[in-house]
Amino acid sequence: MAIIAAVIRWLAVTSRSSASIDYSKVGLKVGLEVHQQLDVAHKLFCSCPPRLFKEEPEASFLRRLRPTQSELGQVDPAAYFEFQKGLRISYEANKSTSCLVEMDEEPPHDLNREALEAALTFALMIDADPVDEVHVMRKVVIDGSNTTGFQRTCVVALGGEVEVSGKVVPIQQVCLEEDAARLMGKDGAIAFYRIDRLGVPLIEVTTAPVITSPKEAGEVALTVGRLLRATRKVKRGLGTIRQDLNISIRDGALIEIKGVQELELIPMVVEYEVRRQLSLIKLREELKARNVEERHIKDEFVDVTMAFVNTKYEALRKSIEEGKRVLAVKLLGFSGLLRRELMPNVSFGDEMADRARFWGRIDEIFNTDELPSEISNEEVELLSQVMKARDEDAIVLAVGLEEDAIDALKAVTERAREALRGVPEETRAANPNGTTRYMRPRPGAARMYPETDVPSIRIEEEYVKRLRSRLPMRPEQMLKLLMKEYGLNEKLARQVLDSEYCELFEGLVKETKAPPTLIATTLTETLKALQRDGIEVSRVSSEQLKEIFTMIGRGELAKEAIPDVVTWLSEHEGLTAKEAVESLGLIMLSEEELERIVKDIVRRNEGIIKQRGPKAAFGLLMGAIMREYRGRVRADVVSSLLKEELETFG
Amino acid sequence: MSESLIGYRGEALKLLREANVEVGDVVRITKGGLVYEGLLMPRSMYEDERHIVIKLASGYNIGVRITPEIHVEKVREGVKPSFTLPPRPEQKPGSPKVALVSTGGTIASRVDYRTGAVRAALSAEELYSIVPELAEVANIDAEALFSVYSENLTPKHWTAMAERAAYHIKGGAAGVVVAHGTDTMGYTAAALSFALQNLPVPVILVGAQRSSDRPSSDAALNLLEAVRAAAFGPFAEVVVAMHASASDDSIVFHRGTKVRKCHTSRRDTFRSINSPPLAKMEHGKIAMLIEDYRKRDPSGELMLKPNFEEKVALVKFHPGASPKLVKWLVEDGYKGIVLEGTGLGHVGDYWFSAVKEAVENGVLVAMTSQCIWGRVNMKVYDQGRDLLAMGVIPLDDMLPETALVKTMWALGQTKDQKEVRNLLKANIAYEYSPRTLYE
Repeated sequence: MAIIAAVIRWLAVTSRSSASIDYSKVGLKVGLEVHQQLDVAHKLFCSCPPRLFKEEPEASFLRRLRPTQSELGQVDPAAYFEFQKGLRISYEANKSTSCLVEMDEEPPHDLNREALEAALTFALMIDADPVDEVHVMRKVVIDGSNTTGFQRTCVVALGGEVEVSGKVVPIQQVCLEEDAARLMGKDGAIAFYRIDRLGVPLIEVTTAPVITSPKEAGEVALTVGRLLRATRKVKRGLGTIRQDLNISIRDGALIEIKGVQELELIPMVVEYEVRRQLSLIKLREELKARNVEERHIKDEFVDVTMAFVNTKYEALRKSIEEGKRVLAVKLLGFSGLLRRELMPNVSFGDEMADRARFWGRIDEIFNTDELPSEISNEEVELLSQVMKARDEDAIVLAVGLEEDAIDALKAVTERAREALRGVPEETRAANPNGTTRYMRPRPGAARMYPETDVPSIRIEEEYVKRLRSRLPMRPEQMLKLLMKEYGLNEKLARQVLDSEYCELFEGLVKETKAPPTLIATTLTETLKALQRDGIEVSRVSSEQLKEIFTMIGRGELAKEAIPDVVTWLSEHEGLTAKEAVESLGLIMLSEEELERIVKDIVRRNEGIIKQRGPKAAFGLLMGAIMREYRGRVRADVVSSLLKEELETFG
Repeated sequence: MSESLIGYRGEALKLLREANVEVGDVVRITKGGLVYEGLLMPRSMYEDERHIVIKLASGYNIGVRITPEIHVEKVREGVKPSFTLPPRPEQKPGSPKVALVSTGGTIASRVDYRTGAVRAALSAEELYSIVPELAEVANIDAEALFSVYSENLTPKHWTAMAERAAYHIKGGAAGVVVAHGTDTMGYTAAALSFALQNLPVPVILVGAQRSSDRPSSDAALNLLEAVRAAAFGPFAEVVVAMHASASDDSIVFHRGTKVRKCHTSRRDTFRSINSPPLAKMEHGKIAMLIEDYRKRDPSGELMLKPNFEEKVALVKFHPGASPKLVKWLVEDGYKGIVLEGTGLGHVGDYWFSAVKEAVENGVLVAMTSQCIWGRVNMKVYDQGRDLLAMGVIPLDDMLPETALVKTMWALGQTKDQKEVRNLLKANIAYEYSPRTLYE
């Protein structure tokens, strides 16, 4: 046992220490699907506003989605399993963000032309070819995220390309589709979804799988994102853009990773996935070296509840008291492999557990490689005896109702068998730290059929010509404009371009007399800093920001006062910036008042000035004035007045 | 229209014929510098003849416009999809026999995934394949009587449905389920309520507001609970079984004479008017909501009275409506006119002479209200009394649609005017409720 453990430790270290992966050698191929919400007046197939609600839902209804057969009479096994397990979906709605269409209680209205135009505009910007006639399709999805059981989607253009660091990345297609409902949580057999997001128009951009490194994946996503934002028809902020990644390596498998929300995460997700696949390939070789074969992994589940009746492991004892059972399965020759790390803090055992939890509703799952500390040696001893396990075997235990525990352990043995084949094809979901978790088996070919309730739309050449003649400014041009026209330096210009405030910036510059650089730093840095400090910046409207900058432009407010005013406004929703300034006592001092204050402070500190000399005293006095009147005076004015006054001491 | 090139006309049809391709073939279309490859799809007959529809490898359909330089070639013949039904689920032994008569509509349809067209799914095998749980509830004896949209049904179809239901009941069915389009299901429910008297077992009409090819369809639950009620329900009446709300958790059974479609698209479109629903099914358990109902009694002897007089009209009075409407009906030989009057049961005085003339010509004229809820009372205002004096028959709280069907049925039973009046006034299938409750 000791030797095995040492070997395992060594293997773990070596697998982790392979810090730099030669991605071309492993044959990495990545394709991206970028999903971007559109900022248009209403949803894709109804007249509801594309907004989310935060309040308690006003209505809820319960549905079941029944797997329908494919044209060949087949039903997706994972979907049918969920259905048989009695999965119910509780949908939550409110009247301001959804109507009968999202509830699937009314047929869809006509496709939103504004959204279509935004998608076509983007397509033309990347030189894609708009299709002659758009046909809306139904793509079957029955996890509950769509009340209908399908997502409405259509191809608006084919082909096109984006250039990233000198490399041409072909685009396969540009689609327009409806966003799904938001998963709010799960409670046993009920999944809770909110339908406010359902129907929000999305552009989906699919690249060819030509990306060959994690860094490049991030760059391509950034480039596509910038082009999308250049249409000025997209929503900005967290959750409004989501990337799916299709990642494969040689000898591995094609893995689809869903829902990466943050750009910075993309390279990490790719790297972790490559590491995971490499580790799984290595794991397969080790199992072979141990002479483990698929037929050795048997679905023999043993009820070992008796071994744990007096356990100190709290959660386990509670489950047993509730009448749940502990079922165990032996994995011959797997000892030590379950604790193998596939991604940071995710072991092979964790991966098995994810799979088990998908297929069986269990309270707990653990294994002899990674035992909870509360499990005693005696319990392990007894368990090994009952299971007739040798040192080189691993045991996986699932806690739940017998039927659920069996489902879970069946998934475990299936996953163990797959380990002998290498990397199983599956759909995974991204975690916020860049790792991924099992989501569901990879669906077969997309099941799509026509949405007969929505007529097709012809895209006439004249219309395309018109759109082509008035394409929005490309990101590079916009960057130049920000630098040349508004005098921003390159770093600030890029920040504005990639922030959610680009349009707001331009508006504020045009409509107020505040310096563009101040507006830019406020939007990209000050607001972010306040947000970090827990100030709810999102409560401050663009109208209020405009008011602030108007006052600054007129010299009625000092720029130093911005954080205080914004903070006050976030705490007093619906009030004006003027009220904030008055309430905070931030009304600017007149020059006469200031002169009087400067004179006064100089007179009171004559002793110190004489003692230290006017130059040294300047900083001291300046500091004192600014402490007292920050936000009500302009520092440059104070500085010149003070200098002038001190000169008299010459 | 060419079967192999379904939906294509004119220019497109000519081009595809020349290329010698059929729907389902893999085609390559070249146009300018662009190349499209995919399965040739049928085209909707309502669309223009300037486009060809193909399904790309990604599964998406697109339309390709025909231009002078377009070139279409066949890449290979399409693989014609063959739909194999899954094996019939194992029948629970000893389960009761339920007859399922299908007449068409959303519930009895499925999408052809290749073409997107909706076609009928009628056999027991197909129903089991859509709702396998049916096999655990009952032994289904399925029959495809018609395959028509319900707006195309006429009283002749009611007669046929009544006869088929009677046939199955006499054959020992524990209940009869009629799959029906929802648009006119209320009328059929009323018709069967009068045509099938002294019922020993339930007759349940069932439909769907969302087609059964959708994962979110209401068809499966409606059908399953309709069959369950047909097999085990304690009542022996004609009812409509549909969703109780937007949720997939309960089904209500509306009395055939009291039910009306009240929403164009919602799942809970059917409402019992001037009465609570008869019963409700939740989690497979049925609860009666009305105490006074006809109980299941398989030993009872069914009376079949399937004849309807088609020359009866339902006429809605509205401000400015021309009395010539009534005159024309009389001239055309109509035997009955059911008025959908305003409020408590009125028509404008400029209709009086036409109404009087109708009655004098032996046409039966009855009054219902366009208010939908409540009962007519023609004694409150002079105009009502005037109409009563002319011989207009007030139909209390009977629904206008039920009144139409009942008048057709009554005139189908006898030629005797007095007897017809008696039949109209008699409460035969709970079409009248003596008390209107505050709900």
